[in-house]
Amino acid sequence: MQASLEMMGETEIPKMGLRTLVRRAERRHFMTMLALMAPSVIFVALLFVIPILLFLFRSVDNAEIPTLLPKTAVALDTWRDGEIPGEPVFAALASDLHALKGSPDAALLGRRLNFAVPGYRRLITRTVTSLPGTQMASAKETLAAIDKSWLDPVYWRTLKSQSGRITDFYLLSALDLQRGAGGIEKVSGEQAIFMSLYGRTLYTAFGVTALCLLIGYPVAAVMAAARPAVANWLLSLVLIPFWTSLLVRTTAWVVLLQTEGLVNKVLLQLGVISEPLKLMFNTAGVFIAMVHVLLPYMILPVYSVMKGISPVHLRAAASLGANPATVFRTVYLPLTIPGVAAGCTLVFVLSLGFYVTPALVGGPGDQMIGYFIAYFTNSAVNWGLASALGVFLLLLIGVIYLALGKLVGFDKLKVR
Amino acid sequence: MNAIAPLPSEAGTAWPIVRFAGVRKSYDGENLIVKDLDLDIVRGEFLTLLGPSGSGKTTTLMMLAGFEIPTEGTILLGGRNITNLPPHRRGIGVVFQNYALFPHMTIGQNIAYPLRIRGVTATETERRVEEALTMVKLGAFAERRPAQLSGGQQQRAALARALVFRPELVLLDEPLGALDKQLREQMQYELKQLHEELKVTMVYVTHDQTEALTMSDRIAVFNDGRIQQLATPADLYENPLNAFVAEFVGENNRLVGDVVDTGLSAVSIRLADGTVVRGKAVDELRKGDRAVLSLRPERVSLDPTDSFANVLSAPVEKVIYLGDATRLILRVGGSEEFSVKIPNPDDRATMMRGDAIRIGWRDTDCRAFRLANS
Ligand SMILES: Nc1ncnc2c1ncn2[C@@H]1O[C@H](COP(=O)(O)OP(=O)(O)O)[C@@H](O)[C@H]1O
Ligand SMILES: [Mg+2]
Repeated sequence: MQASLEMMGETEIPKMGLRTLVRRAERRHFMTMLALMAPSVIFVALLFVIPILLFLFRSVDNAEIPTLLPKTAVALDTWRDGEIPGEPVFAALASDLHALKGSPDAALLGRRLNFAVPGYRRLITRTVTSLPGTQMASAKETLAAIDKSWLDPVYWRTLKSQSGRITDFYLLSALDLQRGAGGIEKVSGEQAIFMSLYGRTLYTAFGVTALCLLIGYPVAAVMAAARPAVANWLLSLVLIPFWTSLLVRTTAWVVLLQTEGLVNKVLLQLGVISEPLKLMFNTAGVFIAMVHVLLPYMILPVYSVMKGISPVHLRAAASLGANPATVFRTVYLPLTIPGVAAGCTLVFVLSLGFYVTPALVGGPGDQMIGYFIAYFTNSAVNWGLASALGVFLLLLIGVIYLALGKLVGFDKLKVR
Repeated sequence: MNAIAPLPSEAGTAWPIVRFAGVRKSYDGENLIVKDLDLDIVRGEFLTLLGPSGSGKTTTLMMLAGFEIPTEGTILLGGRNITNLPPHRRGIGVVFQNYALFPHMTIGQNIAYPLRIRGVTATETERRVEEALTMVKLGAFAERRPAQLSGGQQQRAALARALVFRPELVLLDEPLGALDKQLREQMQYELKQLHEELKVTMVYVTHDQTEALTMSDRIAVFNDGRIQQLATPADLYENPLNAFVAEFVGENNRLVGDVVDTGLSAVSIRLADGTVVRGKAVDELRKGDRAVLSLRPERVSLDPTDSFANVLSAPVEKVIYLGDATRLILRVGGSEEFSVKIPNPDDRATMMRGDAIRIGWRDTDCRAFRLANS
């Protein structure tokens, strides 16, 4: 037995047996890792991933109409757009609405339909309250008598298109689109706000990222080259924005940036400007504040990469004949690209989601996508639309991350 | 005590390629790291700066490369004052200890770098990069990244990069320090061959005396910011000018005692146990001075004849088998670290601890220096 085992060890194990052994060892290692990570994985799944997925699902969720108007949804199946529906459809609607009498669901339904057609809420409320309790001769005439709107196909079209369990209504709205008589169409001018919102969000994020890079890169370079004691001081200065509360920061901005603020006073005193600049409640304010908040996120990854660059490389380049500018262009800059990529990704992604800071120091025309998500979630209680905007924000981030990854390599986007 | 050694024969009259004149360097304004350095480097020679860690070798080399500015003094390159010239305008090739290959470039791009900087045409660059790669036996590695090469290969690439723009002068700062012994010996050989083929002046820094002895035309021994001796390897080994050089270069037995008699060419010194030995005085010694005798193990004979000035009997403390030889550690004159080497095979190699053997050496092989702090 002993001998045969040893023989196997020498001869047979190498091909099949060895692989099994290695795989078993790896599996054990993997299980250990899994066990160690389980708490954090469960935490993240429960409190982060699942809520986000649930929230994202709201962008296509359409529970209200099919559950509150079940008969109407069925009856509308045979209705063709453009005409006024027949008596059975009216009867089904009257019956559905009658069932909602006195229930808070009527308001819910009204609010939901009002997202699609302004005025729908009033129509539903009035119809529900005015519906006679008794059997009516003609549901169509009764409803038309309560409100003429029921003879307008627009309201029926909305009902039909929104009668499924799943809806594309919110996603389309978030792209300034709607379902009209002739299929998907653009919404009218003053209602189309979202496309320009994405544009503004991207523009602001790009601008803030570029400014952070422009300001942060030299700072990081100085820090990386400084003596440890000096570098630590600079690092604390860079980190101060992390440590101050939003409230303190905002107050500081107001003191500094308002028309009567410190910056304007100093510039006026120096004669650089003849009348105060407007630095708050406009785009400039948003940029100043966001760059201020996000600068550390640029400096830290760039700094950590710069610290890892051996000065010997720079000396080597100089000894090979490169003047300081060439050394920077051909050696230093390329070696810092991983840090720059990581910093830019971080700042860009973070700025895409900013909303408190622009809300505090921006004008009405400077609000970004995050502001609208918050608005639709908290004020307008249109979670479907908030969630649809969230979907596109996520998509935007995903696409940009992929593009950047393709451009500079995914391994370089990591913050280290 | 800068000793000016004879320059290698034919170059003796030529203007040196490099001249350090009265160079001093301090980083902090208090301690001089390099003290009064006067050094001529001869065109085409292989000069080694040898010394213990911290003796100022790298500092000296970096002043020559232009990365450090001398606190005082001037440095001439080909007769031109380059003391304050920035490194990129010196045209000196430098090989660093940790290779310093650019990690974001392939080996080929690394070697092409100095040519690219100089605006050499693409075809010419390609030709010369290929030539350089062949020269260091890395022909197949042009497309690799530095991280994909072994230490020895990286050092070869770094060497090719420092040579490809054909500098007259190449500086190497412990270039083989990170390699294992076998690879280091092979690289020493290759480097020496390159030096002979290219006829380029090389200044080489090392703390390894064997490396210095095998490779150099001349060696400058550094200690405490000063050149202790500048000489050919043989001269340095045979005629060390002071105790430091004697001890730092090659193996050395050290015997400390008091001078009891001074003659024309020899001094007599009484060791701790009363034994009196004779040696050649290098420093001026007077009766009563404390002195240290320095003696190479291979100069100690186990079959001393009467012509030897020093013959004595010494007990064996330790027997160490070295393969090609056996080392005997003897007790001589109170010192318990007196080492003698006998080639194998030899019957005496079976010597047992405690046995006494007769040893002897000539007074001319034994050099007496004044003890540093007396
Ligand atoms: N950039 C520097 N700043 C301050 N001190 C330094 C610097 N470089 C070297 N030194 C000091 O100078 C001394 C000699 O260093 P170095 O020239 O590197 O010696 P070696 O190369 O012979 O080991 C050491 O004590 C070292 O601490
Ligand atoms: Mg050194």
